[in-house]
Amino acid sequence: MSNTNGRFGMHGGQYIPETLMNAVIELEQAYNHYKNDPEFNRELTELFREYANRPSGLYYAKELTESLGGAKIYLKREDLNHTGSHKINNVLGQALLAKKMGKTRLIAETGAGQHGVATATAAALLKMECVVFMGEEDTKRQALNVYRMRLLGAKVVPVTTGTATLKDAVSEAMREWTSRIDDTHYCLGSVMGPHPFPTIVRDFQAVISKEIKEQIMEKEHRLPDAVIACVGGGSNAMGSFYHFIEDKDVRLIGCEAAGRGIDTFETAATINTGRPGIFHGMKSYFCQDKYGQIAPVYSISAGLDYPGVGPEHAYLHDIGRAEYVPVTDEEAVEAFEFLSKTEGIIPAIESAHAVAYAMKLAPTMDKDKIIVITISGRGDKDCAAIARYRGEDIYE
Amino acid sequence: MSRIKEAFAKGKAFIPFITCGDPDLETTGRLVRAAADNGADLIELGIPFSDPTAEGPVIQGANIRALAGGITTDKVFDFVKELRKDVSVPLVFMTYANVVFSYGADAFISTCKEIGIDGLILPDLPFEEKDEFGPLCKQCGVDLISLIAPTSKQRIAMIAKEADGFLYIVSSLGVTGARSEITTDLSSIVKVVRENTDIPCAIGFGISTTEQAEKMAGIADGVIVGSAIIKIMEKYGREAAKPVGEYVKSMKAAVAH
Repeated sequence: MSNTNGRFGMHGGQYIPETLMNAVIELEQAYNHYKNDPEFNRELTELFREYANRPSGLYYAKELTESLGGAKIYLKREDLNHTGSHKINNVLGQALLAKKMGKTRLIAETGAGQHGVATATAAALLKMECVVFMGEEDTKRQALNVYRMRLLGAKVVPVTTGTATLKDAVSEAMREWTSRIDDTHYCLGSVMGPHPFPTIVRDFQAVISKEIKEQIMEKEHRLPDAVIACVGGGSNAMGSFYHFIEDKDVRLIGCEAAGRGIDTFETAATINTGRPGIFHGMKSYFCQDKYGQIAPVYSISAGLDYPGVGPEHAYLHDIGRAEYVPVTDEEAVEAFEFLSKTEGIIPAIESAHAVAYAMKLAPTMDKDKIIVITISGRGDKDCAAIARYRGEDIYE
Repeated sequence: MSRIKEAFAKGKAFIPFITCGDPDLETTGRLVRAAADNGADLIELGIPFSDPTAEGPVIQGANIRALAGGITTDKVFDFVKELRKDVSVPLVFMTYANVVFSYGADAFISTCKEIGIDGLILPDLPFEEKDEFGPLCKQCGVDLISLIAPTSKQRIAMIAKEADGFLYIVSSLGVTGARSEITTDLSSIVKVVRENTDIPCAIGFGISTTEQAEKMAGIADGVIVGSAIIKIMEKYGREAAKPVGEYVKSMKAAVAH
């Protein structure tokens, strides 16, 4: 894997203000030290096991498999983690690392609120101060998660600039970090931003594919034929793909949020509609206009509503190792409803994008083939929004 | 001598920042001329970016207004070309890496040379990434301006040694915008800069008053002011040329003091 100086092929790098350079250099040094530190790893493994409820299950979705009539489908149940999504994996790692570095304050951006809730949770547990930046639009779409963060002791700052969504929350968190570095760690929520974040977040999320591999070998005595995950910034997908990258027979499929369709402007499918650019600390693919102005993207899913994608995904796309497919709002909502009814599992609307593509793919595959879908989070937070999408007004 | 060197050759320099196209290019043209006529030694022209992560609310607002008014990189290029017919003050562009990268670095930088832009400031292009545009800038004789921050510490010498044009010293942590007080030990930073390079250094971020300007000019070779000028823009809009000119005059007097 080409990953020198934070590069993944042409992507990655450290395109950030000079003010932050020493902070990311210190972070990289600390990470390189602690990732091989037995005590750090023991503590993190214990937190994963005792606190976050890992390993998460690999569940054979018999009803879903039979109703689709094709490949055998397993669900990687990240929705069953503490706080309800995969975000806790990265957050526990980064919070523990920050604590070791002597930081006392965590800041974070959040879209759907899952990363914000996870960060607030880790901050509460590790007795750290926590401030979460969240687009004002998203604080409305995800009011329940705003309350959860406050309940956990975090301060939630609604961001009103730009489109008031995830990208603006990232910008604001970066601005905040430049103003207060000494005691503050920016707990970035996805495999994006300046080096070393894409690598650190991937490594902490790689527990997902490590477990999938062990679990599928135990259950099926062979590797899956495809691993499918949703991609916004791309942390659950990167975590789900990582240990399969060298297994060339395993198809890796990332599902991007197409919003109202990739032929419209109301989309967030970065690899499908964007082009190379430099933003939020990294070179990667971005939705942007002819002059490089970042596009105001759209998706029903607040967690995928981001105009960029992690640099390692951009690289996996460039070399053809992973496929990135667009999934519309409508397809995701149908999958959200379908999985709820067939398996009694309400997936996050983000994860429903992965389910939606699996629903297309599975019937085209033989019954002896195996698909793993990562259910990155639970869908309770989305119920009110999906009801609204279907024209029903309910109180959260 | 390069035009940027000239800007600092006449004593302490005053460097105003103006966002192109806020609210329209006719206004920007009047502002640039007013600034030049009132003693600006070098002018920073901002090419708006949708998501300016190093800017505080005031300059963010200018970017939004300019983009809403339909400003584009090509329009800014045409504007500068026209401006250069009668304006000889050194000009540098201040924008973000994606504006250059997306236009095509080669096309962007060679156009800068063609229309008479003397330098380029990109706050999201640190030392480690300057090879992205540095070699092209050198080829075209457009100075890629390096920034030094209060947190740069052991990096100052390394950055100063390879710096071109002038060094932009960021006065404070955080984003652009007026501050009541600047507490960074800037004299120590400038001392390290001087030990490593002969090129001039200017201090920016947070400066708005003549008192601050005078103090900063006592430490460095120049003073950069952005948000305070944009605030005058906010207040006077298309009629801002006169008050901006007066402000530049007072600031220039303060730095020359």
